[in-house]
Amino acid sequence: MNTNNKKAWLYLLPATLFLAFFLVYPLIDVFIYSVEEGYNFASQTYFGTGLYNFSYVLHDPFFLQAVKNTFILVIITVPVSTGLALLISAGLSSIRPLRDLFQTIYFLPYVTNTLAVGLVFMILFQKTEYTDGLVNLILGWFGRGPVDFIDGPYWAKMFVLCFYTIWIVMPFKILVLTSALSSVNPDYYRAARVDGTPRLRVFTKITLPMISPMIFYLVITGFIGAFKAYSDAVALFGTDLNAAGMNTIVGYVYDMLYGDSGGYPSYASAAAVILFAIVLTITCVNLLASRKKVRI
Amino acid sequence: MKIVLENLTKTFPGRGKKDRNDVTAVDHISCEIPDGELIALLGPSGCGKSTTLNLLCGLEKPTAGSIYFGEENITELPPELRGVGMVFQNYALYPHMTVKQNILFPLENLKGKDRPSKEEMVNRAMETARLVQIEELMDRKPKELSGGQQQRVAIARALVKMPRVLLLDEPLSNLDARLRLQTREEIRKIQKKTGITTVFVTHDQDEAMSISDRIAVMRSGVLMQIGKPQEVYDNPASLFVAKFLGTPPINVFEGNVRGGMLYIGDEAVLSTEGVPDQEVFVGIRPEGFILKEDGPLTCQLERVEIMGRDISIISSHKACAGQNIRSIINAETKVDTASPSVRFALKPGKVFLFRKETEERIVF
Amino acid sequence: MGQQAEYEKQEKTAARRNKIRKILTYTALSLWALIVLFPFYWMLLTSVKSYGAYNAEHIPSFFTLSPTIQNYIDAFTSVPLVGYLLNTVIFAVLTTVLMVVVSVLAAYAFARLDFRGKNLLFTAFLSMMMIPAELVVITNFVTITNLDMRNTFAGLVLPSVTSVFYIYLLKENFEQVPDELYRAAKVDGTSDLKFLLKVMIPICRPTIITVTILKIIECWNSYVWPRLITDDPAYYLVSNGIQEIRENGFGRENIPAMMAAVVVISVPLIILFLVFRKKIMEGVSRGGMKG
Repeated sequence: MNTNNKKAWLYLLPATLFLAFFLVYPLIDVFIYSVEEGYNFASQTYFGTGLYNFSYVLHDPFFLQAVKNTFILVIITVPVSTGLALLISAGLSSIRPLRDLFQTIYFLPYVTNTLAVGLVFMILFQKTEYTDGLVNLILGWFGRGPVDFIDGPYWAKMFVLCFYTIWIVMPFKILVLTSALSSVNPDYYRAARVDGTPRLRVFTKITLPMISPMIFYLVITGFIGAFKAYSDAVALFGTDLNAAGMNTIVGYVYDMLYGDSGGYPSYASAAAVILFAIVLTITCVNLLASRKKVRI
Repeated sequence: MKIVLENLTKTFPGRGKKDRNDVTAVDHISCEIPDGELIALLGPSGCGKSTTLNLLCGLEKPTAGSIYFGEENITELPPELRGVGMVFQNYALYPHMTVKQNILFPLENLKGKDRPSKEEMVNRAMETARLVQIEELMDRKPKELSGGQQQRVAIARALVKMPRVLLLDEPLSNLDARLRLQTREEIRKIQKKTGITTVFVTHDQDEAMSISDRIAVMRSGVLMQIGKPQEVYDNPASLFVAKFLGTPPINVFEGNVRGGMLYIGDEAVLSTEGVPDQEVFVGIRPEGFILKEDGPLTCQLERVEIMGRDISIISSHKACAGQNIRSIINAETKVDTASPSVRFALKPGKVFLFRKETEERIVF
Repeated sequence: MGQQAEYEKQEKTAARRNKIRKILTYTALSLWALIVLFPFYWMLLTSVKSYGAYNAEHIPSFFTLSPTIQNYIDAFTSVPLVGYLLNTVIFAVLTTVLMVVVSVLAAYAFARLDFRGKNLLFTAFLSMMMIPAELVVITNFVTITNLDMRNTFAGLVLPSVTSVFYIYLLKENFEQVPDELYRAAKVDGTSDLKFLLKVMIPICRPTIITVTILKIIECWNSYVWPRLITDDPAYYLVSNGIQEIRENGFGRENIPAMMAAVVVISVPLIILFLVFRKKIMEGVSRGGMKG
C-alpha cells in the first residue's frame, strides 16, 4: 500500500507541480496583488495594503468604458447566438440530405485563428479612402449610406464586434444543440404525431423542455465566454483598444499589465478580481434560475 | 371498429453499402380484424410486425395496398385523423410533464369543434385514469413511477382521446416476469371494458395466446396464419407456426409416408390414410405422446423431469431434428427410469405432417 | 364520399406546407452557410488580387480574372511569416507533447492506482477547471518575467501545459478499460508503467488523439499569453505575427498580401479539421470550449 502510495504520487507529480505553480499559486497571488498598494514592478515593493487598487480601477474611465462594452456585448451576443443556434440546429435536425455538409461548414469558424479571420472581417466592414468596403456596397443596394464600421460611430463598431463574436461562437453552440436534439428519443415525436400535435407545439412542449439542460449549459458557458471577450476585439480594432473605445474588461486587464500603458499588475489584478466576481455572480444567478426551470 | 387490410405491402429502400436491394418488411398482407377484438401480431424480431403496427397508426405509409377502419379507407390519412391510440414499447411518456399533463396532452392538441372545454378535458383525464387505476398518481413525474404504473399511464394517454383503435407495441417487454403476468390481465380487462379494437405486437407466444381473441403469426413480412389462439395451436398451417406456438415447443422429426403409414426411422408410428407417399416433417406436440410398452415409437431415454402435475420425459431419436424430444405425461404414469429406452404411442390429433420442401401442412 | 374528399384536401395542404417548410429550411441553412463561408472566400479572393488592382477597386468585385501569387511571395519574403509558422509549430508540438505525457500519467494514477487522498485530490483537480485563465495570467506573467524567461520557448510553453479538462477526459476513458486486464497484467508481473504503455495507451488511442488535436488547435490559435510574454518578433506565434503584420506589416497597407498571410495561417488548421472532422467535433461536443 505504501509503495503504491508513493508510485501514485510519482505519476501525479508532474501534473500537480504544473497546476500548483501555474494555477493555484497565481490564483492566490492575484488576490494578494489586488490589495497591495503602490506596488512597483521593478523593485517589487509596495507600501501598504488596502482597497485603493479597486477604487482606482472603478474610477478609471477606461475601465468603465470596458465594463460598458463588455456588458453590451454579453447582453446582445448570448441571447442572439443561442437563439440562432437553436433555430439552425432545429433546421439541421429536420433535414436528411446535405446535413453532414452543412454541419461541417458550420463548424469551420471553430478551427480558425480568431486574429487572422478577424482581419477579413475588418476589411469587409472597413471604409477607407479607396473603397467603402463590401458591407457598405451591400448597404448601398438598400439605399443606406456608407458607414465606417471600424473607425466610425460607436454603435457601428459595436455591431461588428457582436457580429464577429456571434460568428465565432456559433459552431460550438450548433454542435452542442444538434447533438442534444439527436439524443431525444424519437418515440416521443412518434407519440406526439399519433396524437396529432402541431409542429410548433411539439417544439415548445417536447423538444425545448427535453434539451433545456443543454440550453442552460450553453447560456452559462456563453455568459462566461462573452465576459472574457478580448481577442475578437483586438482582431477587429487592433491592439490599442482604449483608443478605439472598444476595450473589454479582459483587454483592460492585459493593458494594465503590459503594453504601452502597462506595468501595473496591482491594478490589473484588481480588475481581474472584479471580472471574476461579476462572472461568478452571473453564473450563480444562472444556476439558480436553471434549478427552477430545468426539472428533468 | 372493424379493421381490414388489403394486400398491405411496405418496402424500404436498401440502405446497406453492399446490399442495395429493397427490404420488404410487410408483404401483401390481407386480413380482417372483427370489431372489439384484441388481436396479437406475433412473430420473431424482424418479421414485420412493428412495421404493420406503424402502418396501422399512420407513422409509415404503405408502398401498396389499403387499410380500412370500418368501411372507411384510411390508407392515406395522417395519424392524427385516424383516431388511433398508441402505446410505445418504452411508453414514450414525456419526462418533464406530470402524469396528468401527459394524459391531457393529446386532448390539448384537438382543434376547433373537437376541442373539449378545459373542465371536460380534466374530467376525461380523471375518468381514464380511474379506468387504469392511476388516479392517485396524477401529480407525479414518470420517473417516480414503477414500470407497471408507467405502462398504465401510457395506456391512459392512448385511451383518453377515445380512439377507434388501440395499438400496443410490445407493451410488456419492459416489465419483469411477475408484473408481466399481472399487467397482461390488466390490459385484457381494460380492453374488454372499453370494447376498443386493439392490436398488440409481441414476440412472446405465451403472452399472445393467453389474452388475445385472435393471433396473427408473421414471418419475414408474410402473414402465416390468423385465427383464434386454440385454433392456430391445434391446426397450424405450417411448420413455422407449429414450432412458434406452444411451450414446451413441438418436437420435429424427419419421417416418411409409405402406403398410408407414417414412418419415423424404421418404425411405422401412425396410420395416415390418403396421404401420398413422400418425405415429410413430423411435428408432435409434447402432450401427444402416450407412454406404452408396446408403442410403435422407440426413443433413447435421457432423463425424467418431475414437475408436480406432470412429468416430462426427455429422450432422443436419430430422426429428431432438435436436440431432444420432450414429452409430457400425466404424473400418475409409471416410468422405468433404469431402462435405456422408452416406447411411445401417438395421439393422432397432436401429430402434424408438413411437406418437406414447402413446410406446408398436409392434412390427413 | 364527402369525408374522403376532405381528407384528400387536408393531405394536399399538409404536403404543400411540408414542401414550403423544406424550402424555407434549406434557404435559411444555406444563408448561414453563406455567412460562414463568405469570409473564407473573400480572404482567398483578396489574396490573389494584385496590389494595384485591389486598391483601384472602389467597388469591390466578387471575382478576379487575373489571379496572382505575388501576394504569397510577398507574405513569405517581406515579413517573417515562415518564422511565425515555425515558432507556432514548435510551440504547439512542445506544449502538446508535454501536456499529453503529464495528463496521461495523472489520469492513469486517478483511474487505476489506489492511494490515500485520491478522491480529495481529484475533487481539487476538478475545481481547478473553474479557475479563469484571466486571473492567473497576471502572476504567471510576473513569474515568467522574474525568471527571465520572456522571449523563450520555455516561458511560452510551461504555463500552457496543464489542462485539467483533458486529465478528466482521459481518466474517464481509462476507467472504461476493464479491471480484469489490469489484474491479469499484475498476475503476469507486468509493471504499472509497462501496462500503461502497452495496454492502456493503445486501447485509449482514439481519445488521446482527440485530446492531442484539440490541444494543437488551442495552441495554434492562442494569442493572449504569447502576446504578453514575447515582444521580440523572433518569437512571435502566428496570432501575434498577424497582428504585427497588420500594424507594421508590409511598409504600406498591403491588404492582398495580408490576406495571403491569413490564408497561409488558416489553411493548416482547416486541413487538420477536414481530416479529423469526426474526432474533433466529438471531442468538442464533450465539453471543449473555445477560449
